[in-house]
Amino acid sequence: MSGRRVIVVGGGLGGLWATLTIAGSGHRVQLFSLFEVMRSHSVCAQGGINAVLDGKGQHDSVAQHILDTLKGGSWLANQPPVKSLCEGAPGVIRTFERMGVTFSRTPEGLLDQRLFGGVKNKRTCFAGASTGQQLMHGVDQQVRRLEAEGLVQKHVWWEFLGLVKDQEGVCRGIVAMDLRSLQVQAFRAEAVVLATGGLGQLYAPQTTCSTNSTGAAASRVYQQGAHFANAEFFQFHPTAMLGEDKTRLMSEAARGEGGRVWVPKDPADRREPNRIPDAERWYFLEDWYPAYGNTVPRDIASRAIWRVCRELGQGIGGDDRVYLDLTHLDRAFVETRLGAILSIYRKFAGTDPLERPMEIFPAAHYAMGGLWVDFEHDPDTGGVKPGSPRNHATSIPGLYACGECDYGYHGANRLGANSLLSASYSGRVAGEAVLSHLAGLERGADGLPATPFDAEVARQQAINHGLITGRGRENPFRLHEALGALMTSRVGVVRDNASLDRAIADLAELERRAAHIDLAEASPWANQTLAHARQVQDMIRLARVMAASARARDECRGAHYKPEFDLPLPSSKDPASPEWQQYRARWDANNARWLKTTVAEHNLDGPQIEFEPVDLSVLAPDQPRDYR
Amino acid sequence: MTGIAGTDQLDIERSLDSDGGGARETDAAKRAGTGTQCTDAANSHTVELRIRRQDTPSTASYWQSVLVPVRPGDNVVSVLRTLRLNPVARDGRRVDPVAFEHNCMEEVCGACAMLIDGAPRPACSALLAELGNVIRLEPLPKFPVVRDLMVDRARLFEHLKRVRAWVRLDGPWDNHERAPRIAQRQWAADYLYSRCINCGACLAACPQFPESATAAARPGRTFLGPQALAQVRLLNAHPLGRYDKADRLQAIMAAGGLTDCGNAQNCVRVCPKQIPLTTAIGELGRQTTVQALKDLFGA
Repeated sequence: MSGRRVIVVGGGLGGLWATLTIAGSGHRVQLFSLFEVMRSHSVCAQGGINAVLDGKGQHDSVAQHILDTLKGGSWLANQPPVKSLCEGAPGVIRTFERMGVTFSRTPEGLLDQRLFGGVKNKRTCFAGASTGQQLMHGVDQQVRRLEAEGLVQKHVWWEFLGLVKDQEGVCRGIVAMDLRSLQVQAFRAEAVVLATGGLGQLYAPQTTCSTNSTGAAASRVYQQGAHFANAEFFQFHPTAMLGEDKTRLMSEAARGEGGRVWVPKDPADRREPNRIPDAERWYFLEDWYPAYGNTVPRDIASRAIWRVCRELGQGIGGDDRVYLDLTHLDRAFVETRLGAILSIYRKFAGTDPLERPMEIFPAAHYAMGGLWVDFEHDPDTGGVKPGSPRNHATSIPGLYACGECDYGYHGANRLGANSLLSASYSGRVAGEAVLSHLAGLERGADGLPATPFDAEVARQQAINHGLITGRGRENPFRLHEALGALMTSRVGVVRDNASLDRAIADLAELERRAAHIDLAEASPWANQTLAHARQVQDMIRLARVMAASARARDECRGAHYKPEFDLPLPSSKDPASPEWQQYRARWDANNARWLKTTVAEHNLDGPQIEFEPVDLSVLAPDQPRDYR
Repeated sequence: MTGIAGTDQLDIERSLDSDGGGARETDAAKRAGTGTQCTDAANSHTVELRIRRQDTPSTASYWQSVLVPVRPGDNVVSVLRTLRLNPVARDGRRVDPVAFEHNCMEEVCGACAMLIDGAPRPACSALLAELGNVIRLEPLPKFPVVRDLMVDRARLFEHLKRVRAWVRLDGPWDNHERAPRIAQRQWAADYLYSRCINCGACLAACPQFPESATAAARPGRTFLGPQALAQVRLLNAHPLGRYDKADRLQAIMAAGGLTDCGNAQNCVRVCPKQIPLTTAIGELGRQTTVQALKDLFGA
């Protein structure tokens, strides 16, 4: 064994899969996590993980999974990685199953599969409605075994602060802070994998994301030169609970298993929902999208709910809420398949979804965009070349990214149950890429001079010192609230350029305010305010990338919706009709202009936005999204 | 718990033993609405948090009282978050923000477990509507305090190593083989145990689970507790996990293993996920009996 050293930052699904792949090959991995491993946001994923097993008599195929994913993402994803992702999915499931993951079973004892959005076949493997937690158990146990064997060393309660690059700009390690002692320390490594998850906290509290999903780590490497792609594409999950502290996710599986979304036809109808007869309910998704009904993709469902509540004034009682109804389904069936979300709803809303429909509204959920990562196209298969050191490599040599913090697989909108898949699969692929990278390395990080490590430690200590001794007036937690409110109102479900211009100006102002923070405590031990203050500063910088990317894209694509540039579908569904032909011509012209990846680069006076072509080598984008 | 090492620096007026009156109402009264707990006007509702604080692992703890405004639907985590916006003590003095752990706020990450009015439970699912207008918050016992309500639960994860809570894969790669079939009935029984969120509430409540100082003095030989034992039950049932069943059973037949369980049943009562921990312990009792016979006769 060559026994190289690799740093993995993040202990969710992506980070654990990368760790497993790298340490499983005999290299030593140092795993950094903000908290005890197993508390990552991956455990919050509920509904399932997609893989074509074709066990439900529906003639499902990998080709269909590829098409659904590309089309669901409005054709914006690079196609070779998506092809390999869908082809690799059954192998990921098999490995999870061997690990002992408690996947739900058919009466024959095989893996059961259920329906999810944007899809017509049952393709989603699941473990009750706590699939993310169950998958985490599986990989966590495997990593613990490698830890017991001495191949993995965990750094729990350490926060990643920055990269260390050598003179050639190659990443040679990181600087991190012990969240207890506040000690700032450099760690050398031959490769670094970032698996730091999403950034839903930019929209707090109107988000399904955990409080540590801040995007701060991705922001930090962006500020150190890593490119950030498709930042404007952020998913709003259509069915989140209402809540002032957090909007908790109610899995898409609720709709996949037969849940129906509706509002009273008369918004002033004050009757209990169960007393409203069917004829007086409006099942607007089924009405507008008869072909897919309640299981349209998330961006479509979120905009429909938005339109019903905000534009038509048809929300329940005129408010921002609609019903998600399970009460017509068999109780035992729902309890077995969705028990975990029923329990969350009962605990936090105080009513039973089996007795009374749930009340829901869209909330910030998932970043399709993320750190730009490379791939090597394999001309023999049309997919990604297995084991290429280019796969999942960021624009900084030696730095890899996987999981939600990369931008790899979901284009302009992610399909439900593709995220547990991409998190796991990308961790595996990034791990394999790192193995190739290590094999090609001429020298390790040990022989390097201390200068760049010391310099980065000093830079980070200076930031801490500035915050601890600063005499500002801004409470970092209040700044976070201001950021969430700003992003929710101006960079949300529906966007327009005037609002985005104001958002950009307001974010610049917020960044200025964040330079004058008052920590309100000077404790040198486990000072959580210090850590949060640093995160907030970096969140604001990342929000600027999102706003600038959204401003630069004058079209509607997936989750990025600017009504001014909408191309409404023709009323005819017949592709041969003249109005459809006309629509197609406009759709093609729009693609010629905008079917491009947005790439942001850090610049002292703000994000520099450029566009690069999308690899469309697998399937020509010739099907507009029409889920009617 | 060992004695309360508090210096009561700030403004706690009554001792712990006598402050229960305001906090303890009948369940019926709690659920009846806010009438009994709302002393202020309905729209400016506040609660008093009595927090046992500790600045560092080696300094003494002390009690501090704060008043926090409450919104509808609030829980203990959300009011601790509100407190960070304006950390002042009840007497108006500015205090350090309270250190505590939380992440998912939907009772699946396990981070926020603490003692709430003396009961170990995740703070995020402790709704204020179910609590009184004086709420006592303390760090989860049995684990070393890092700061305030933040504790170090490393022992939880060390115990999973001690019982070898994993399937031994040949490697993480795809070997194109699936695991054998599992009946729905067995799935339903196993799934109960795989919902463990490692919050540590069961260990905090277990009279047999030792304080961290006791455990540190006898490393690897003190009681594992129900959390790790339940995972042995789970993995021993898996078609591949079964291959290493004997190793796991021998691990829990050693010092600090299964027989240290005193059958107090506290663990099942406090588990936020209603995991049948004592059922697992019962099943393991039978498995270890068989294993002991096998070991004896060399089977």
